[in-house]
Amino acid sequence: MKCIITGGNVKVLGRAVHSLSRIGDELYLEPTESGLSLRAVNSSRSAFASFLFAPLFFQLYETGGAQPDRELLRCKVLMKSFLGVFRSLPSLEKTVGRCLILLKPRASRLVVQLHCKYGVTKTHNLTFQECERLQAIFDTQCCASSLCAPARVLAEAVVHFPQTLAEVTLEAGPGGKISLRNYVEDEAEPSKTMVTELWLAEDEFQAVAVVPGSRITFCLKEFRGLLTFAEASNLPLTIHYDTPGRPVIFTLDDAVLEVHLVLATLSDPESDLQPPAANGVSHLPGPSDDFGDDLESYMIAMETSAYEGGSGVPPSPTFPLRTPGPAKSDPEEEEEEEEGAVPGTPPHKKFRSLFFGSVLTPGGPSLAPTQEVLAEDSDGEY
Amino acid sequence: MRFRAKIVDLACLNHFSRVINTIAKLAKTCTLRLTVCKLYFILSDKVANGGVSMWCELCQGNFFDEFHMEGVAAEHNEIYLELVPENLSRALKTAQSAKAVKIKLTNKHCPCLRVAVELPSLSSSSRIVTHDIPVGVIPRRLWNDFREPSVPDFDVSIYLPVLKTMKSVVERMKNLSNSIVIEANLRGEMNLKIETDLVSVTTHFKDLGNPPWASEDGCQSSAQGRDLERVAEARIDIKKLQQLLAGQQVNPTKALCNIVSKRIVHFILLHEDVSLQYFIPALA
Repeated sequence: MKCIITGGNVKVLGRAVHSLSRIGDELYLEPTESGLSLRAVNSSRSAFASFLFAPLFFQLYETGGAQPDRELLRCKVLMKSFLGVFRSLPSLEKTVGRCLILLKPRASRLVVQLHCKYGVTKTHNLTFQECERLQAIFDTQCCASSLCAPARVLAEAVVHFPQTLAEVTLEAGPGGKISLRNYVEDEAEPSKTMVTELWLAEDEFQAVAVVPGSRITFCLKEFRGLLTFAEASNLPLTIHYDTPGRPVIFTLDDAVLEVHLVLATLSDPESDLQPPAANGVSHLPGPSDDFGDDLESYMIAMETSAYEGGSGVPPSPTFPLRTPGPAKSDPEEEEEEEEGAVPGTPPHKKFRSLFFGSVLTPGGPSLAPTQEVLAEDSDGEY
Repeated sequence: MRFRAKIVDLACLNHFSRVINTIAKLAKTCTLRLTVCKLYFILSDKVANGGVSMWCELCQGNFFDEFHMEGVAAEHNEIYLELVPENLSRALKTAQSAKAVKIKLTNKHCPCLRVAVELPSLSSSSRIVTHDIPVGVIPRRLWNDFREPSVPDFDVSIYLPVLKTMKSVVERMKNLSNSIVIEANLRGEMNLKIETDLVSVTTHFKDLGNPPWASEDGCQSSAQGRDLERVAEARIDIKKLQQLLAGQQVNPTKALCNIVSKRIVHFILLHEDVSLQYFIPALA
């Protein structure tokens, strides 16, 4: 892969890296025919972001896929080292005229070269790891509610919350007003916590199509990261969301850029309070009944092998295998029961979509249940 | 019990938030006392705080465009609330461009001071942000704990040098020692002194002037009779002093301190319509 970025776009790339660095410790680079994709996921897999830069974004863009049948090389690099290249955004704007990114599979190096003023060239040779494809599956079309607002409106809204605040609740209130409120845990004493709430009128948004009374709670940190990017790029931001517990998807769209941020949302405490038995005997095939199914169709890490045809090696063989479809046992509940069995475990917030983990291959569900573990999953969450 | 107030003027709002910021730097929790014409922020003498106390007084008329309060009873028309000033400071921080700020005492789930900020927006209607700051209502039987501290029978009273200068001196000394000795006489001379095993540092200030307390109640009237050269000194926690100096966002019009030898240092900072008194006890 080889690409050249010039002028102001270098800073755009830099800002994208800054935004991604709020999510995960590793940066996934994937050159595709539709552009260069930069992705990150957090360690608990409750946040995923992807920035797709179209070929037009670059002065030169070559995927390097010489043989059309061979898969393109994907790699991941340490976020810290990649961020180091773009650390100072003001100096990037002032001094860098051109940026070259070159993937050298033979030498196992990802080369990032900054061509600066006065003939200075800075070359960063980064080590990389070939990796599986990182993909969260989500569909903005399936979301019942969506909102679109200039990034500035939302950025001005979140400044009212303290930097240390973890989660914020967004609610479609009466009269078309949208409110943001700091999320207070049930355990927290109400007499200790300051509650900040903000209302935005409908006409501050470019588009509002929300289910009245709908409400979701999500992490603020990653959202702030995206807002910084969106505000600097002056792009409107669209929020797609559904019922509590289902992921919220933030999107930015531009001619040469497509950004997605997928965040887990906190499940509704009311539905959590239902005794598991009641859930089990429930025969209502209502949409809220089979979370497992929803999950799989919504948010799955398809960690397919980078090598094609690898005799059907399942992507992440350490995961307990589940066949997609009407699952009898709710994976969510299993998880909760297990947690409940551990005495002394502090009660924690239940991000329903924490579990990216169920496995599906893009090809089909025909997987052998016992497979050799090729690489331990780095994540102990499952 | 009712309380409702409103600030519209931007300058008043900024002035008010500066006062709150100063309080927030000095006290983790404090008592807000509301009367018909004044607001008080009080930190009472607690051993846990190192015996430091604070008394800050402002006239509501100089800050608020509307101010209504009703105490528990007509003959005790006051309200005493306990709150975390940092919360109030945070609520006002993002209100710098507000069209109006309303403060109201509410009781929804728990007693709260609701700060409602009306911000300009791009649309026709303005943006409203509310902050519900939890407060504790202090019952009347405890009100006596929050009496205005009396000015101690000091040995020396002296005007302070420019606080910024004093702050930078104290900040440097703080790196060397945990305590600082303040000494002064009635000739307008003051020394800030630290002493450790390795080093002794003293900064001398002179021509500071001594405030004329004389004819107030006769207690201090004997100033002329006293030995002008006699030095009063007190060793205090340097962190407390540094906190006081660092918290000052505007240079007060008048700043002075009263020293009771080996017992207490009493600071008075006057700023037009705000007065702040701060008491730091001497270390043993």
